[in-house]
Amino acid sequence: MSAAATSVSPGSARFARYFIYATLVIFALIYLLPLFVMIITSLKPLDEIRSGNMLALPQAPSLDAWFKAWGTACVGVNCTGISGYFWNSIKMVIPAVAISTILGALNGYVLTKWRFPGHKLVFGMMLFACFIPFQAVLIPMARVLGEIGLSNTTAGLVLVHVVYGLGFTTLFFRNYYEAFPDELIKAAQMDGAGFFKIFWRILLPSSGPIIVVTVIYQFTNIWNDFLFGVSFASGGGAPMTVALNNLVSSSTGVKEYNVDMAAAMFAALPTLIVYVVAGRYFVRGLMAGAVKG
Amino acid sequence: MTVTVDAVEPVRHRAGVLDKARDILPKVVLAPSFALILFFVYGFILWTLYLSFTNSRILPVYELVGFGAYVNLWSQPNWYVALQNLAIFGSLYIFFCIAIGLTLAILLDQRIRGEGVLRPIFLYPMALSFVVTGTAWKWFLNPGLGLQRTMQQWGWESFRFDWLTSTDMAIYTVVIAGVWQASGFVMAMFLAGLRGIDSEIIKAAEIDGASTFSIYRRIIIPLLRPAFLSAVIVLAHMAIKSYDLVIALTGGGPGNATELPSTFMYSYTFTRSQMAVGSASAVMMLMGISAIIIPYLYSELRERER
Amino acid sequence: MAFLEIRDLYKTIAGADILKGIDITLDKGGFLVLVGPSGCGKSTLLNTVAGLTDVTKGDIVIDGEIVNDLHPSKRDIAMVFQSYALYPNMTVEGNIAFALEMRGVPKSERDEAVRAAAKTLQIEHLLKRRPSQLSGGQRQRVAMGRALVRKPRVFLFDEPLSNLDAKLRVEMRAEIKRLHRDTGATIVYVTHDQIEAMTMATKIAVLKEGIVQQVGSPEEIYRRPANLFVADFMGSPAMNLLEGKVVTNGAERAIEFAGSGSDGPIRLAMPSSVRETTFVDGQSVILGIRPEAITDRGLTDPEATTVSIVDALVDLVEPTGSDTFVVTKIAGKEITARVRSDVDARAGETFQFAFNLDKAVVFDPKTTKRLA
Repeated sequence: MSAAATSVSPGSARFARYFIYATLVIFALIYLLPLFVMIITSLKPLDEIRSGNMLALPQAPSLDAWFKAWGTACVGVNCTGISGYFWNSIKMVIPAVAISTILGALNGYVLTKWRFPGHKLVFGMMLFACFIPFQAVLIPMARVLGEIGLSNTTAGLVLVHVVYGLGFTTLFFRNYYEAFPDELIKAAQMDGAGFFKIFWRILLPSSGPIIVVTVIYQFTNIWNDFLFGVSFASGGGAPMTVALNNLVSSSTGVKEYNVDMAAAMFAALPTLIVYVVAGRYFVRGLMAGAVKG
Repeated sequence: MTVTVDAVEPVRHRAGVLDKARDILPKVVLAPSFALILFFVYGFILWTLYLSFTNSRILPVYELVGFGAYVNLWSQPNWYVALQNLAIFGSLYIFFCIAIGLTLAILLDQRIRGEGVLRPIFLYPMALSFVVTGTAWKWFLNPGLGLQRTMQQWGWESFRFDWLTSTDMAIYTVVIAGVWQASGFVMAMFLAGLRGIDSEIIKAAEIDGASTFSIYRRIIIPLLRPAFLSAVIVLAHMAIKSYDLVIALTGGGPGNATELPSTFMYSYTFTRSQMAVGSASAVMMLMGISAIIIPYLYSELRERER
Repeated sequence: MAFLEIRDLYKTIAGADILKGIDITLDKGGFLVLVGPSGCGKSTLLNTVAGLTDVTKGDIVIDGEIVNDLHPSKRDIAMVFQSYALYPNMTVEGNIAFALEMRGVPKSERDEAVRAAAKTLQIEHLLKRRPSQLSGGQRQRVAMGRALVRKPRVFLFDEPLSNLDAKLRVEMRAEIKRLHRDTGATIVYVTHDQIEAMTMATKIAVLKEGIVQQVGSPEEIYRRPANLFVADFMGSPAMNLLEGKVVTNGAERAIEFAGSGSDGPIRLAMPSSVRETTFVDGQSVILGIRPEAITDRGLTDPEATTVSIVDALVDLVEPTGSDTFVVTKIAGKEITARVRSDVDARAGETFQFAFNLDKAVVFDPKTTKRLA
């Protein structure tokens, strides 16, 4: 039996397996802990939080804090809860995702199937735009939004997110269409289909997965954005993340940790739901966003 | 050129107006996006660069005054704090994300039952906003009500964990929250790399008599080089841009203890009315990121060509 | 005037000359095969005919019209691609009907045409399926159906069989040939497989590095290759090419080859094809002779006029079943002979080879061109 020479004895192999499982489970618990604490805190009344143990389950779980966060909590001087800001985010994210995805798909199509001299430079410039620190464009953007009357509006944020999301959406579609056989385009051309016909009839029907990836990636990024929101729409037009930060960091009055956590859950839920429903596509988007596709 | 009317000479078809329109249509479709990028990215970068050579305070002024803002920037103690914090945060963030990410990826790659449950757990923080992460950890690490008190209540009376309110240690809480958020993503990158390795190479190494440990050390980890590179680039880029996490977790404090270049730029520009200095710091950030990203993108695009 | 005419065609891509003055004509109903090693420009040539690639200089004439500047869809040609290029999101029916749909043909006519094409190719039962549900051979048929349904002036095939396994390839080869015969279509077909070229073409053009080496019928190409490249490229196993010197052997001229090892020189009679050519003594020549023209004595063509018998050491014996290839060495080069399978040839033993020099050709080593 020559194989036995290299294999480890069964006892130590089993020990190694236990060790691996134990390590993984411990890590999983650590990763889940903050979310767990957030949820149970949001379900406790304030005095239970003050007197009790952070990790203890709520004695009488109640959604009071959630209702308060949604409807009556004070963000700055307005005590109307975070609901308005939640809808701001929704109104911002839907058009911004739709427009940037459509433009990205068309750009990717042109940059792979209708190449022209200099297409690489164009793509390189769009790609680099994904990675710039947005601090380098904040001041001019604030000025321009002011000039065109879009300061502190959802429309202004849509514009900003479309512009700075274009690089990523173009990257996603470009890489996807790159793998799409050129011969199909040639065949369709010989069959008499034009630029838009080919896109509409041949490419788009096969683009389901990449559309899902792009939409999820853009949705997560735009929903989670804070810097643009706080810079260009810090008042009544603020998105959810900005409102959450204002709520949590406001130093007036009694600190209501349960309401803070409930508001944080409201901010987290849309992306968490997307993650639970379509995690596979979310991961794919992240990986593609790291350029290596 | 005249077309000779000859019985043998064939008819020459000319390209029509429609054919020419067809040729420029793709460029017409791409043009709006490219124009947006040119104006809002490259135009704005030049604009910011220009402002950094002016004396702008609360509002932009367009009179060039030379390197004043840069001199000012590099004489701010605050800027040095920001850079030092970035160095600490960046290096620890990258190191721990990669160490934990790689460990988890290797462990998960051992044909683990329940991988489908564990993997999403490691990765879900990446779906959260940094503001949510910051809020959650701010609560979790709150010395009065959070982890410290919990441990004390459980009987570990001497347990102390008050980094969040400590000037010296607050930056490390940013590292903890950052690693919690991004290490699962790094794990996913390494896992994809591991799954991409040809299993026959591993079989060959086993037949050559290599132990599991030396297979990882000598063969698999070196083969993960591209994943390491991607992880470092992505993390470095995220570290430099990091703004929301600090704001939500520590607000840059206590004092200026967790100041980063990104928070520095924001406060100098929008709250301290030193727009020129803010612009200069933004230009420094851009240069830092460019030094990492441009060579990477260049090699990526070239590789793709092959 | 020929139906398809390629006139002095040049194509330069990024400073590299891909096509350098191609001249080929093809009559209506002809089957032209463009053959050559990869990178010879054959696919580029096909793409210029299709209109998928612009020409740098020269003309492409189809049925009396110069079509250089015409969009591919207006040239009335159809193409079958190497990867079949079936639209993955459409059914077989949708794929075949697409070109007609783009041309605004009414639905009822389309259905009619699709059904007719499907019947010809025996794929009627597949019409509702999607390309991903088809086997390689079925996809191939659908791709052909898509071309067929348009009834184009010219069919273009770009290595259509190279993705099929060996058995299917032979089947589809016969199928395409039958289709050509039944429809009388004009076909231009690109392949790197010289057997496909030989079996299907009415006319073969051999290309190398963007230059046509020889255009002719399969028989011409095979028997009278224009130069060493064509001689070596066409035929499997390849033509034996032996360098030797012209000598005078009594009243007759012969070609002498250095023997291998201790053997003396070997002399072969001057091939019949160069009887009329003048040589000088000592002139270097390359003799080209196909394996089937070197046999065992018993298989010698009784009508052959010039046969040389050579004893040589057998190096290797490769039985293929129907025949046996016997490899020996002459003038330091491996020579393959095709003998009957029941002949007793053994490696390491001497064997009597009969060279039928009626079927041999002679090349000039300097110009690489065939003499006479």
